[in-house]
Amino acid sequence: MTADLLTHAGARAGARDVTAVDSVDVAHVVRARRRPARRVRLVVATLAVVALAAVLVRVLLGDYVVALTDLLPILRGETLPDVPGASFIVMEAKLPRALLGLLAGLAFGASGAMFQTTLRNPLASPDIIGISLGASAAAVIALTFLDAQGLWLPAAALVGAVAVCLIMYAVGRGATFAGQRMVLVGIGVAALLSSVIQLVMTRTSIQDAQAALVWLTGSLARATWPVIGLLSVATVVLAPLLAACARWMRLAELGDDLSTTLGAPAGRARLGLVVAVALAAVATSATGPIAFVAFLAGPTARRLCGGRPSLWAAALVGAVVVVLSDFAGDYLIPDVNLPVGVVTGALGAPLMLAVVVTAGRAGKA
Amino acid sequence: MSTSPTLEREGPVTSPGGGGRGSSGAPRRTPGLAALLVALAALLVVAVVTSIVLGSKAIPLGDVLQVLTGHGDGVADRGIVDARVARTLVGVLVGAALAVAGAAMQGLTRNPLADPGLLGVNAGAGLAVVVAIAVFGVGSLSGYVWWAMAGAGLAAVLVHALAGLAGGGVTPLRLTLAGAAVTAGLASWSSGLLVSSKQSFDSFRFWQVGTIGGRGFDLVVTVLPFFGVGLVVVLLAVRRLNALALGDDLARGLGENVLLARATVAVGVAVLCGAATALAGPIGFLGLVVPHVARFVVGPDHRRIIPVCLVAGPTLLLAADTVGRLVAQPSEVQAGIMTAVIGVPVFVVLVRRGRMASL
Repeated sequence: MTADLLTHAGARAGARDVTAVDSVDVAHVVRARRRPARRVRLVVATLAVVALAAVLVRVLLGDYVVALTDLLPILRGETLPDVPGASFIVMEAKLPRALLGLLAGLAFGASGAMFQTTLRNPLASPDIIGISLGASAAAVIALTFLDAQGLWLPAAALVGAVAVCLIMYAVGRGATFAGQRMVLVGIGVAALLSSVIQLVMTRTSIQDAQAALVWLTGSLARATWPVIGLLSVATVVLAPLLAACARWMRLAELGDDLSTTLGAPAGRARLGLVVAVALAAVATSATGPIAFVAFLAGPTARRLCGGRPSLWAAALVGAVVVVLSDFAGDYLIPDVNLPVGVVTGALGAPLMLAVVVTAGRAGKA
Repeated sequence: MSTSPTLEREGPVTSPGGGGRGSSGAPRRTPGLAALLVALAALLVVAVVTSIVLGSKAIPLGDVLQVLTGHGDGVADRGIVDARVARTLVGVLVGAALAVAGAAMQGLTRNPLADPGLLGVNAGAGLAVVVAIAVFGVGSLSGYVWWAMAGAGLAAVLVHALAGLAGGGVTPLRLTLAGAAVTAGLASWSSGLLVSSKQSFDSFRFWQVGTIGGRGFDLVVTVLPFFGVGLVVVLLAVRRLNALALGDDLARGLGENVLLARATVAVGVAVLCGAATALAGPIGFLGLVVPHVARFVVGPDHRRIIPVCLVAGPTLLLAADTVGRLVAQPSEVQAGIMTAVIGVPVFVVLVRRGRMASL
């Protein structure tokens, strides 16, 4: 990865300096440089189609099947005389879940990839360092002690996530190794917060504790239009910012010194981290932490893209995984509705091990 | 002198007693270490006494002595004394086991962040207990013990196997990554099982906080042999730990069978952590904090660190537990939570000092 970037840079420098270079060679180099980029574009386009298909599957299929031809009229708000319940089921149950899954998956995937690449550490995703747990602890306290309902729950989660970020930043900041230190402080804070959650769990009624556990597992069951609105506004605002920072992702991977030397604007990567934190915080506040999505989307997308990190591919992988896992959790086992986080957790654990093993093999764990 | 890459701040080895200052060789039992151990043992005695005497109801020391010497028939609070003595005994065993295991694990993985939580041990025990409750309907602490122990052992084996899968030997980084991965995976399977069963969760939520209270003598006796075996294995392997701390290549150069050394220490650590978790539930940060403080005081030689951990671990755990009982009367804050409350600030200080930058 690093090596191929350097060879490309070298090839370009060579092409500029040595005028006698054969034009065939130049053309070859240009083509070689474009090939990976074309693959990334292809993967992103394919993933976008797959994500759309996943949303359609989630909305149309299941216990209650809706015909594709009925969908447009339902979305336009018309009532269908021959299938009276369809409109309600789609607009109040299936569509909100699909959209929430899509948005949360995009946010988790993108923020996870941003963290992993910028901090150059596959463990550095928001669900491993304390951000998800900050949201969780605040939400569990709000849920059990303050009896929070509706939008107050995501609001509390957001406050918790932001508080953890501020702590991480305040304690971790410094000239060198700021990123590394932030991760380590995050892991420590995460451990403390999970203790807090466990304490709260023993202090409350089993009903409240169970509700808190479901929230902690990550679930799309509370999908409502206001929450979706909040999440889409956040995504629309934050995504362009993240995209601006993502341009420098491949350079950031080389480390602070080298990337500055190669012309990446200083601090841009760190701004990317702040945006990624915000994105993860908003998504967690809406759905609860969904296990492994942020962690695995990046490496999976990278594999698909032939070794290149791509923020968009990671975001789309996250979306596909969340939407399909939610579908599977609802219908895979008859009469059992598993929260989406259980499905991603059960599937994610072996995948994660595969990532660890292959990352070790490639020597860049 | 060992110069492990994780111990950048290593300077001349100093200890409060003044002895053991030197840059060559490894002083074995210097007066400094002995004095330190005596001081720590005195502290431990204080911790044991306060743990028995103090609590939501304070018991006069005279009554305690009467019960302990077998003349307690007339003492009204006999039951409380018995429970507190058992609790203190559990605290001593678990504290010693976790601190020693933490020190050995940090040496083994050359990872300053190593903690029983790290190599999947706690998560393995947790999942096994969840399975025991949810699938097999086990409902008592003595029933959990074997499950927790087996789970801890299996998780430790799994982590090592995975770290070795990639070929080219088990490196500290791979071990850490595999441990984190296994922990996250097992934890999410646990919550998967718990989400669908309210009853299981009701039992599990009280086990998972980690406390040394409410365990009877019979349970202690059941697990006691494992503490013994684990401690002996780790203590016998102390010299190998020093070699391993130099890095695999250097250790091999010193004539150490690296694979065997690693396996021995890993087995000892797994048994200790498994026994501790079986007895008390998952207790974090003790295995992280105590070895670090010990290393700070006595230097990087494991022959000095491990004895210090052996005495300081129980002291800290008992202190944490006693404070936890006093701050939330008439209820209590469990020891597993208190250790996190104490441990995290220490952890953050360590990170800020830059001692952990080499994960």
